[in-house]
Amino acid sequence: MTETLETKSLTLNYGDSNIIENLDLSIPMNEITVLIGANGCGKSTLLRSIARLLKPKHGSVLLDGQDIFKLSTKQVAKKLSILPQSPVAPEGLTVLQLVKQGRYPHQSWRKQWTEKDEEIVLNSLKATGVDHLQDKPVDELSGGQRQRAWIAMTLAQDTDIILLDEPTTYLDLTHQIEILDLLFELNQQQKRTIIMVLHDINLACRYADHIITVRDRGVFQQGRPEEIMTKTLVKHVFDLDCKMTNDPIFGTPLCIPFGKGRIIS
Amino acid sequence: MKNLKTIRLLQNKVSFLLDIKASKKLTLISIIALAVFLFSASFGDSFINPIKVLQVLIGNGSDFDQLIIVDFRMPRIFIAAFAGMALAVAGAILQGIIKNPLASPDLIGISAGGGAAVVGFLAMFSDSNHSLTVSIEWLPLAGFIGATIVGLIVYIFAWKDGVTPTRLVLIGIGVSAFMQAITTMLMIIGPIYQASEANKWITGSVKSADWSQVQIVVPLILILLLITFFITRQLNVQELGDDTAASLGQSVQKTRLFLLLLSSSLVASAISFAGAIGFVGLMAPHIARRIVGPSFGVLIPTSAAIGAILVMVADIIGRTAFNPLEVPAGVFTAAIGAPYFIYLLFRNPRK
Amino acid sequence: MSIIYLTNIQAHSIERRVQLYMILKNNFSKTIALIVGTLLLLLCMGVSIVYGYANTSIQTTIESFTQFNQSNEHIIIQNVRIPRVLIATCVGASLAITGVLMQTLTKNPLASPGILGINAGAGFAVVFAMIFFHVSNLQSFAWIAFLGATIAALSVYGISSAGRDAVTPVKITLAGAAISALFASLTQGLLATNEAALEQVLFWLAGSVQGRKLEILLSVLPYLIIGWIAALLISSKMNILALGDDVARGLGLRLGFMKLMVGLIVILLAGGSVAIAGPIGFVGIVVPHFARKFVGTDHRWLIPMAALLGGILLLLADVTARYIIMPQEVPVGVMTAMIGTPFFIYLARKGGKK
Repeated sequence: MTETLETKSLTLNYGDSNIIENLDLSIPMNEITVLIGANGCGKSTLLRSIARLLKPKHGSVLLDGQDIFKLSTKQVAKKLSILPQSPVAPEGLTVLQLVKQGRYPHQSWRKQWTEKDEEIVLNSLKATGVDHLQDKPVDELSGGQRQRAWIAMTLAQDTDIILLDEPTTYLDLTHQIEILDLLFELNQQQKRTIIMVLHDINLACRYADHIITVRDRGVFQQGRPEEIMTKTLVKHVFDLDCKMTNDPIFGTPLCIPFGKGRIIS
Repeated sequence: MKNLKTIRLLQNKVSFLLDIKASKKLTLISIIALAVFLFSASFGDSFINPIKVLQVLIGNGSDFDQLIIVDFRMPRIFIAAFAGMALAVAGAILQGIIKNPLASPDLIGISAGGGAAVVGFLAMFSDSNHSLTVSIEWLPLAGFIGATIVGLIVYIFAWKDGVTPTRLVLIGIGVSAFMQAITTMLMIIGPIYQASEANKWITGSVKSADWSQVQIVVPLILILLLITFFITRQLNVQELGDDTAASLGQSVQKTRLFLLLLSSSLVASAISFAGAIGFVGLMAPHIARRIVGPSFGVLIPTSAAIGAILVMVADIIGRTAFNPLEVPAGVFTAAIGAPYFIYLLFRNPRK
Repeated sequence: MSIIYLTNIQAHSIERRVQLYMILKNNFSKTIALIVGTLLLLLCMGVSIVYGYANTSIQTTIESFTQFNQSNEHIIIQNVRIPRVLIATCVGASLAITGVLMQTLTKNPLASPGILGINAGAGFAVVFAMIFFHVSNLQSFAWIAFLGATIAALSVYGISSAGRDAVTPVKITLAGAAISALFASLTQGLLATNEAALEQVLFWLAGSVQGRKLEILLSVLPYLIIGWIAALLISSKMNILALGDDVARGLGLRLGFMKLMVGLIVILLAGGSVAIAGPIGFVGIVVPHFARKFVGTDHRWLIPMAALLGGILLLLADVTARYIIMPQEVPVGVMTAMIGTPFFIYLARKGGKK
């Protein structure tokens, strides 16, 4: 069971400019954490660095106190998985074949389908609701179904921590809710730590236990949505004037931007 | 999980999931390949009845038939088959790395590098009488070394914090053209027989095959194919994309380098003896994919079988269709391959 | 025999990087650049005339025009050097222009006239005619090459317009790669069975500006001139084409007509070039990038600049080809490949992250 995930003096760059500078961050375990911020603020870069996909210029990411870049990729893969943006499956690959791949870090060339593998894969298919689709090619599924298949794969990897880079960006509203509901359930029922980048502030407030706002090469504020989401924060992080109110169904913070539009009173 | 069978042996020390449908198809294709192998001995300057072929193979045929079949035809059939397998598997591996089903070994300069090395060899070791000072049996080694070195060079040039598929192909195209230019230059400066030999090699021909070559080629390619067999799960993961592969715990760049070396070695082995036969690395994996799907566990053997069939058939046509002229097999793999490639384009509007 | 395969690779990032950085930003400096370019071209022509296995001088050159006596030097200048220089200039310029057009048309910054199968088609036609019709003189080669180039280009065009959607850049690139490969293999196959043919045609197949008589250039020149003028005429429309099919259509450009025009110009210029000099590669790929670096992507400046740079490149390549293994000569097609490849690799690496 992973206890801590944190960054120490983390500096990330792209070419000559630093995207994130000297960041000390601690990610809460067993909660849903969402990174939000304006375009290009570095939230995806930060996520990828935590996922061991991007080597820091300075500083480190510590998993249970150990620098993840000093650990082997396989060791990290057993504790932490990431679903990248817009993943592409090879043509014709079935859902089952895809989800099976999630077991890679736990397998070897002669042990490719142990009983545990089989059990975990089948459970992942069920948990994400795609087991009736297991023999269908991934590229023939709808956007929401495809994303669920990929989430099933990361589930099969059986890690304590799951990172997702904009998992809902190219989905319509129905499918966005479908995916976010699924992730919410996985966190509630299986206690997995979920860290994701989302664009929609309001959905972030609704689903996240912990929000981290990224701005100016670092974190501006972080905490429970209802504690930190104010119109001042939104103005500072997004340069957006808004009115903050409460979501009529969930009670979580709801941001309504000012600007043009028809006013019906 | 219909069509899939779980196999667990030796108290769970070995376990895997078998796709039954795909396995059946693979078995069928392998049988066809074997049949083509046996019956291609029938074809050539003179047609020998397949039954007589079988008799010779058992050891019961006439001396004359034995001479033709065992001394002349079998070696080249062996080389054609194994070259076909090696090229097909190399192509499958490359398509997995480059993630583009239109990728092929001809693209990343390996074949061209082999060509340049072959001509270089002919140029270096010819005396003023235009005859070779060393045995021509070293020619394949030159081809092999050239092909592998160029493969490495392409990789090194393409490396910039790692190798992306795009960069690999682009650099491969450039280096390939460069090698072709060197080849041409060497062919021009040197005596004409050299150009002719080189050109035959470049086109791809198994004409001058003999048993000593078979003794080298077969074990070499078998070993490489065996290595490939163990590596298939790495390939499956590579195909999911760099980020996902890294997330799953694969050392993406190291694995990629190894796969490239493997693919280069396979190509080099094939072309050193059979010349630069084109399009097999493109077509065979593609056809295989349509039949058994993208999982490399079945894709690799199926590609191998199809590759073998393709080259053997191309060789048969080359031997017989224009009698007494022998047209290199490479011409026919291109003649079938280019239209097939075009057909692929238009079935595939999305890429 | 330098045949270049190209696949649909999204090399857009290279394009973007080069576009952002243009050395000369205003019209004045661009005009100066064109003037400098022209002067440089003339200088290169001069150098190419004067230097070589037999060194002459500017004075002698002028004299060969004004006071021609039958001296060796005058003969060399008139019959060997001048045709060669003119051919190199015209071919270099033409290839560079077609490179610009092809790169814009296929949105592939590594495209070249070769991708329409032109070089491969020409090669095949020449070898075919040689073996089956026993043609052997250079003049005939020229027309046959032209014919082969045209057939190949038309096939590629035809194939890319069949199938479900319109002529997309992707399809052109891929169809061209396939046709090139097909003709190249057939050519090699034919040569593999016929050693005598190989001997005759090898040098031609490598691409060379040497040994051609002025008559060949003059007979093809009208087509080249038409191509040049046409290219200049459509240069402003090319800017719109570069924005992408959908945007261009939205702006009222007749896409089908434009693409056909580009195809015809490419056939004229690249076909003509291969007819005179055989297949020469890399000029069409690399020169447009340099031209773009100097004057940006406005085709009205880009096309003339590319023409000048193309001529300069080929002239320099030709001079180098003469000196490198003196007294023998390297075919200029080989030279351009050798000079061009490092640049090509540099460009490919510049692509950055993807």
